[in-house]
Amino acid sequence: MLTKQQAKIFFLVGTFVTFAIFIGLTIYSLQQVQTKLPEDVARGKHIWEKNNCMGCHTIMGEGAYYAPELTNVIERRGEPFVRGVLQTKKPWQPNGRKMVAYGMNEQETNDMIAFFKWVGNLDLNGFEKVNKKVSPLAVDHMKSNN
Amino acid sequence: MKYKTQKVAYWFWALSMLLLTIQLTYGFIMGFARVGYDGLHQWIPFNTAHTVHLNTLVVWLLSGFMGAAYYIIPEEAETELWKPKLAYLQLIALTLVGVAALTGYHFNIWEGRKFLEIPRELDWLVAIDVILFLVILLMTILKGKKKSTTAWVLYGGLAGAAVLYLPGMISFDSQVLDSFFRWWVVHLWVEGVWELIMGGILAFLLIKLTGVDREVIEKWLYVVIGLTFLSGILGTGHHYYYIGVNKIWLIVGGIFSSLEPLAFLAMTLWALNMYRKGEKKHPNKLAIIWTLAAAIISFLGAGVLGLAHTLPQTNLYTHGTLVTAMHGHLAFWGAYASIVLAIIVYAMPNLTGRKLYDHPRGRLAFWLSNIGIFTMVSAFAAAGVAQVYLERILGYDFGQVQNEIKVHFWVLITGATILSTGITLYIIDFVKYGLPTDEALES
Repeated sequence: MLTKQQAKIFFLVGTFVTFAIFIGLTIYSLQQVQTKLPEDVARGKHIWEKNNCMGCHTIMGEGAYYAPELTNVIERRGEPFVRGVLQTKKPWQPNGRKMVAYGMNEQETNDMIAFFKWVGNLDLNGFEKVNKKVSPLAVDHMKSNN
Repeated sequence: MKYKTQKVAYWFWALSMLLLTIQLTYGFIMGFARVGYDGLHQWIPFNTAHTVHLNTLVVWLLSGFMGAAYYIIPEEAETELWKPKLAYLQLIALTLVGVAALTGYHFNIWEGRKFLEIPRELDWLVAIDVILFLVILLMTILKGKKKSTTAWVLYGGLAGAAVLYLPGMISFDSQVLDSFFRWWVVHLWVEGVWELIMGGILAFLLIKLTGVDREVIEKWLYVVIGLTFLSGILGTGHHYYYIGVNKIWLIVGGIFSSLEPLAFLAMTLWALNMYRKGEKKHPNKLAIIWTLAAAIISFLGAGVLGLAHTLPQTNLYTHGTLVTAMHGHLAFWGAYASIVLAIIVYAMPNLTGRKLYDHPRGRLAFWLSNIGIFTMVSAFAAAGVAQVYLERILGYDFGQVQNEIKVHFWVLITGATILSTGITLYIIDFVKYGLPTDEALES
């Protein structure tokens, strides 16, 4: 029968071993991640956070599930559409859901576009393909805009 | 209660009740926004409501854990709390940080990172507050007559939570690195050290409520937390599948996160077995119900519903959909909200000397809140599965899909109303207990 001392050893050894493997895998993984980013991408990420875009949208599948996933937004909706959304000063509600009108200037918009493009080019182990499908509605919408 | 300074716990729990009320209120704002009633958008847009909803959740649970620690540690260490005035100071500091953060969210003062929205300046105040909390507890344990496993596990969980807060304070330009280390905080809290806290509180409640020998309960506590870390640490990998890091996490995260339900299953079996073996003589049956519910529902919410979408082949489609919200709601409710509500139900009669646990209001609060949360989770499940099919498989537009699944958000609001009714009754009970008194000290 298991004793309390044996149970304690199981806890301590199990924790130590798995944590050591976790740290090892982290170091291994991060060696392959780009750390030095273009300045406009970094500024775009800062604007993304400053406006808490993740509080409605998702990016790389992370966020609040209230507004569309933006990982491939440039490819999906086209740069002019995204630019228009970021720069509009008029409140609007796509599909009935209100979005804050951010009224970004040219510089901020360029930075956000650079950030979206950078995220859109990441290898996301297949997630980028799942979310790349362009719906018939979006196609119609983009055609009517052009 | 056995020690006068355990009274400190009451005020942390009072703060928890206040924050829980705010959390539910902002949840309703979000729920109604999802069905098109967004009249507060100008003042409280969805991202503000979402941030307040998540942050009040985290802080009411942390305040609940802190109250639990201030109640449990003196009793386990068999001594009065070290410098209780500092504990009140710590409570005031925590409250001020909370008020500042919540106010700031309404003026776009935040970090914009899910769960970690508190601005950096306030992060440092949180750190100081938590260090003070940990020092008070450590000094209490060290000056105490007894050094129990339960106390050390509870303390270890709280100290671990403090240490793991730090990776969230590092700034990255890369969204990949930001996300990677954000999960060091969020995942290693809720599927790591918070389970130690839950295990410590659960062990204390089982010792007090079942009368089973402490050595037996604490032996299985080690097994449960051993399984938690064995699966949970490498299980972090299930958050790394699709965020721009290499494929090794698909294998590691898939295998180890699939094992995570074992820790919760062990916790459930442990609690049920201890109850079965126990004397069943404790008069506070309501505390027993909440305690067993925490053990069982944590397995369902964190274990079973987590397993449902943790394999990479499934998660590829469910990632970033309402399926995650389904899992998240029942996991937080079962594992953490229920254990905090359980320790409060157990402790209040001891702190105040009033025995309200036989009043039907308490049972009604339990059943309504649980029926409410299960209704909400069912709504999220139906909405999430439909979303995955329509959006991820058929490729329909996000907005159109959200309109198609709108009916489920009405079910969600209905569930939230039932849950809130239950919580209201719980809070009425809390208020009716009144303030803790020295006369309630056990002879």
